[in-house]
Amino acid sequence: MSCTCDKMPGNDNLIEAYPEKRAELEAYINSLPLSDSPDRNRGFLIQSLHKAQGVFGYLPGCVQLYVADKLKLHLSEVYGVISFYSFFTEKPMGRYKINVCTGTACFVKGANKIVDEFKRFLNIQEGETTSDGKFSLGALRCVGACSLAPVVMVNERVYGNVTAKLVPEILNDCAE
Amino acid sequence: MVNLKINDMPVSVDDGVTILEAAQKLGIKIPTLCHIKLDCFHVEHRCGSCRICVVEVAGRPNLAPACCTPVLEGMDVKTNTLRAINARRTMLDLLLSDHPKDCLTCAKNLDCQLQKLAQEMNLHQVLYKGEQSTYNKDLSSQAIARDLDKCIMCRRCETACNVVQTVGVLSGVDRGFEAVVAPAGYKPLNQTQCVFCGQCVLACPVGALTEVSYKYDVWKALNDETKTVVVQTAPAVRAALGEEFGIAPGSITTGKMVTALRMMGFDKVFDTDFAADLTIMEETTELIGRVKEGKNLPILTSCCPGWVKFLEHQFPDLIYMPSTAKSPQQMFGAIAKNYYAQKLGIKPEDMVVVSVMPCLAKKYEAAREEFSHNGNRDVDIVISTRELADMIKEAGIIFNNLEDSKYDDPLGESTGAAVIFGATGGVLEAALRTAADWIAGTDVQEIDFEAVRGLEGIKEATVNVAGLELKAAVCSGLGNARKLLERIKNGEAQYHAIEIMACPGGCLNGGGQPYYDGDTTILEKRKEALYRDDKDQKIRKSHLNPSIQKLYKEFLGEPGSHLAHELLHTKYTPRKNW
Ligand code: SF4
Ligand code: SF4
Ligand code: SF4
Ligand code: FES
Repeated sequence: MSCTCDKMPGNDNLIEAYPEKRAELEAYINSLPLSDSPDRNRGFLIQSLHKAQGVFGYLPGCVQLYVADKLKLHLSEVYGVISFYSFFTEKPMGRYKINVCTGTACFVKGANKIVDEFKRFLNIQEGETTSDGKFSLGALRCVGACSLAPVVMVNERVYGNVTAKLVPEILNDCAE
Repeated sequence: MVNLKINDMPVSVDDGVTILEAAQKLGIKIPTLCHIKLDCFHVEHRCGSCRICVVEVAGRPNLAPACCTPVLEGMDVKTNTLRAINARRTMLDLLLSDHPKDCLTCAKNLDCQLQKLAQEMNLHQVLYKGEQSTYNKDLSSQAIARDLDKCIMCRRCETACNVVQTVGVLSGVDRGFEAVVAPAGYKPLNQTQCVFCGQCVLACPVGALTEVSYKYDVWKALNDETKTVVVQTAPAVRAALGEEFGIAPGSITTGKMVTALRMMGFDKVFDTDFAADLTIMEETTELIGRVKEGKNLPILTSCCPGWVKFLEHQFPDLIYMPSTAKSPQQMFGAIAKNYYAQKLGIKPEDMVVVSVMPCLAKKYEAAREEFSHNGNRDVDIVISTRELADMIKEAGIIFNNLEDSKYDDPLGESTGAAVIFGATGGVLEAALRTAADWIAGTDVQEIDFEAVRGLEGIKEATVNVAGLELKAAVCSGLGNARKLLERIKNGEAQYHAIEIMACPGGCLNGGGQPYYDGDTTILEKRKEALYRDDKDQKIRKSHLNPSIQKLYKEFLGEPGSHLAHELLHTKYTPRKNW
């Protein structure tokens, strides 16, 4: 039977394309005290997905299916978890992940304008990645830095008191 | 034992029992919505999501959900304090604020638990107004329609699909207001491993999961002068149809049903039971052949399209195991179009074959490519037991007052062996009856194989069939099928023959049967009705059906003949397991 994972949403067959990455994920999952019972393995799902995203960068259908098979869980359950936690992503992310906080404080202080400005500069929508793979744009709910509102995070770096004018500067900071 | 009081009435119950069950013991009804318990299959869905069942427990600051709160010694529960009543109403009100409320045109109208609650709880206006979730309807399959605007997130369907059936199609995805139950990646059902058993439809309390309806197609065919329209009715339909008309569960209404179908305008009213007898002829021939050769064992039954699709997805390496015999529905279609049409002197394309089935997977089965020849399907339209009841009502036929009448000949003649196809264990028992006669070469008198009867999920028996020891198993519900198949795969169990039905309890609990909302005593009654009907038949062995004997003499030759293979057998396709 040939693999039909290409029919899965947002899919690239990373499992076959990167055998060394697959091996890394496999070694990790094999090191977990898994059993034959899905009920017990369920407890290891999130950390397995965490690892998988760390290894592959994102979680397309084939990776989901791979984790599901290893843990003897249904694909639907794995997908349910991925869609629940905003940390997990099914699409490849840019090298610079720009996240604009849209929590209450930032929202009140004009976070939307900042999001719009990033969209205009990068020519992408929220949740998308630029075609060169450099930037992706997303929104976050409160990063706990309300006193600095509005806040933008680029990877691990936090920018506070951001205005639309500062957007080009932030992008300039993202040197290759 | 735990002693407590509910509404000041003392009651003693076992440890671990919930407030809901303790109240039931006292005859006190606490409203529920997300909770469902299927006693005879030992399944309980207790997700506690709806909070409709809240009650007041003395000394506790918060109301307690009765369906998932275990009783404690000395508990003092009040089910109808003002606080509890108001909280329930608020819950319901909030649920309704995000519900389309188009009951008048909903497929579950009058069968909906949410509607019933609104009525029982005397909710006469919806106070909260707000955003309503909207999703695209999923009408991708021939069998199951998903309209998630109506979903109340009770997640009963998840338990049906993932826990009972272990098919694993449905899961809660996304969160907050966006949360909904869907297949992975929001794929349409026809692109998943869904087997269309419809157990999720039976579980869904509202109109979010329903069948794809073909009632109008039937009316169109009946009004087409150029077509000869014949209908077949499956065994389990006669044991449940009456429920839709307020007739006591467990009543056999074959006679009234046949009269109603004639009044609706079908040219011929036939019985799938005839084809069930035919299935036994082919399947038993294959069974005896395989047992004698000791090859490709065990033989698995192939009557249930839900089970067949499950095997194709989940155990693709075992697809050599099922009998190649088509299901009775498909055999009927093939014989109607290739034999009976000839007898009538009409072209197969001028005949429309309609099936009335307890099943939603049959809608999918009839549309499978294998079952078409030159663009002409063996079975053209499939409606469920519920749809037939709807049509009878629409036609203004007063079902309860109808006289009984008999099926037409020749495809209406059948035996007791065929009737029990509708219950788990029935197909195997029917095959054993015929096998016993064929192996012994006599008319064997012991034909009641009690060991394979009953609604339990897995039954095993070593039966002596005319001196031959046959190890057999019967299994219903796909979770049980999975367990059994794993054991076979690992070499832990050996059998000669196994009957598998996708629906727990068999077709009497099919996805197209009248809704019973967790009252599994109704299933017991349907089962008893079918075995009673078997007992009442003059002929109780498939191979003694005179019309079947004639069909072989006139047309097919021997069971397993070349022509029989061409018309009555099929093949299976491995599929991905998601
Ligand atoms: S029809 Fe059966 S297999 Fe399909 S989603 Fe419903 S319960 Fe699952
Ligand atoms: S589809 Fe039906 S059964 Fe499933 S969660 Fe929604 S309302 Fe409940
Ligand atoms: S058990 Fe019967 S009703 Fe259920 S899917 Fe199979 S054939 Fe259909
Ligand atoms: S019925 Fe108890 S929480 Fe839904």
